[in-house]
Amino acid sequence: MRQHRKGLVLWLATILLLLGGALFTGSPGRSESVQEAMRDAVLHDVNRISLFGLKEVNPGLVSAFTVTAVILILAACIRLFAVPRFRYVPGKLQLLLEEAVGLFDRMAKSNSPHRNGFLGLYLFTAGSYIFVGTLFELLGLQAVTVHGHPVTLPAPLSDVNAAIAMGCLSYLVILSGGIAGNGVKGIGKTLKEFSLPISMSFRLFGALLSGLLVTELVYYFVQLSFVLPVVVGVLFTLLHALIQSYVLTMLTALYYGEVSEISHAPKKPKKEKKGSAAPAPL
Amino acid sequence: MNIPLNIDWQQILLHWMNLAILAGGLYFLLYKPVKDFMARREAHYQELEEEARARLRQADELKEQYQAQLDGAEEEIAQSRSKAQQDLQKSVQEQLDQAQRQAAQIVSKAREEAEYSRERTRKESQRELRELATAAARKLVFQPDADPFDQFLNLAEGGGADESR
Repeated sequence: MRQHRKGLVLWLATILLLLGGALFTGSPGRSESVQEAMRDAVLHDVNRISLFGLKEVNPGLVSAFTVTAVILILAACIRLFAVPRFRYVPGKLQLLLEEAVGLFDRMAKSNSPHRNGFLGLYLFTAGSYIFVGTLFELLGLQAVTVHGHPVTLPAPLSDVNAAIAMGCLSYLVILSGGIAGNGVKGIGKTLKEFSLPISMSFRLFGALLSGLLVTELVYYFVQLSFVLPVVVGVLFTLLHALIQSYVLTMLTALYYGEVSEISHAPKKPKKEKKGSAAPAPL
Repeated sequence: MNIPLNIDWQQILLHWMNLAILAGGLYFLLYKPVKDFMARREAHYQELEEEARARLRQADELKEQYQAQLDGAEEEIAQSRSKAQQDLQKSVQEQLDQAQRQAAQIVSKAREEAEYSRERTRKESQRELRELATAAARKLVFQPDADPFDQFLNLAEGGGADESR
């Protein structure tokens, strides 16, 4: 009992010490105003990062590469250490992996029963990328801009280029499904939904950017950096990750199934020649 | 050309390349192995189910066979019972006939014996009568002292005395 009390006192003292240190430590001064921070979060025209010395890119692209590397390394570890130990009666990790793969596979099969091989893979890739990419901003990894300032790597899809890439790629996948299922008619069916790439791109961008802006705003002021980030940073990001993964994959599967469905238009009956028709019975 | 919102086609292509790498990597590292395993497990359980179904079918067939055999045995039992009853009836009938025949023979023999006995008794009676008649005739014949006529009269009177009695 006495040990518990000592531990509690030590814990509270540590918190108060760190709080005092955070409040009274002198700040090096702001390098940019809140307006500039917000503008740069949207446009990425100031804080750019050099991509292996080849080109100055948005931090979102570096985040995208990092997310891909993280996912692939994780997948390789799972492939090497977990998959060979799979059993017919699954454990917790196996159940999680099977559920993740099965979820997108089922989504593909239920929305596009006639053609779903590639769609399942694309949904799995897109879902994993959006989910992990959105959670990635929680890590708060730092990178150095071309001007030498540190910048926190954002979620890849809060970059407009990444969102456009994802939205347009989803549209191209839908188009490929239309061509594979219906040929030229499938192209027509897909082009009918011409607003789809824009809506999918900017839905993702808007959703992720709003999260980013709120987080930026919260972290901009030190006073808001206690307790509030637990709700804003973690819970909202988790919700974001789940909702955006579900929405984009669901929409893609839905439209893919719609355009790739083989249409069986009923043949119009030939018009009978005038005068040849028998008189109607009384 | 200055595109609004800082859209950069080169970066979009780089994002696509990134997504292509991710899709390929995920396919070979995670998606395909997990799906293959799930398909293998499904096939395994399907095989087990088919095996169980085949065994069930086999058991049903065996049951039907045994049932048929059981039905056949019941029929056989019924036939045997019927045959046994017929045999029994036949045997009883035969015994009855034999008994009747024996009875008829006994009756016939008894009749013959009775006839024979009656005939013998009759013959004996006749013989006795004959002897009596002979004896009587001898008596009559061997009384030399008396007058035959008188004897006759005496006899006749004795006969009249008998009639008066």
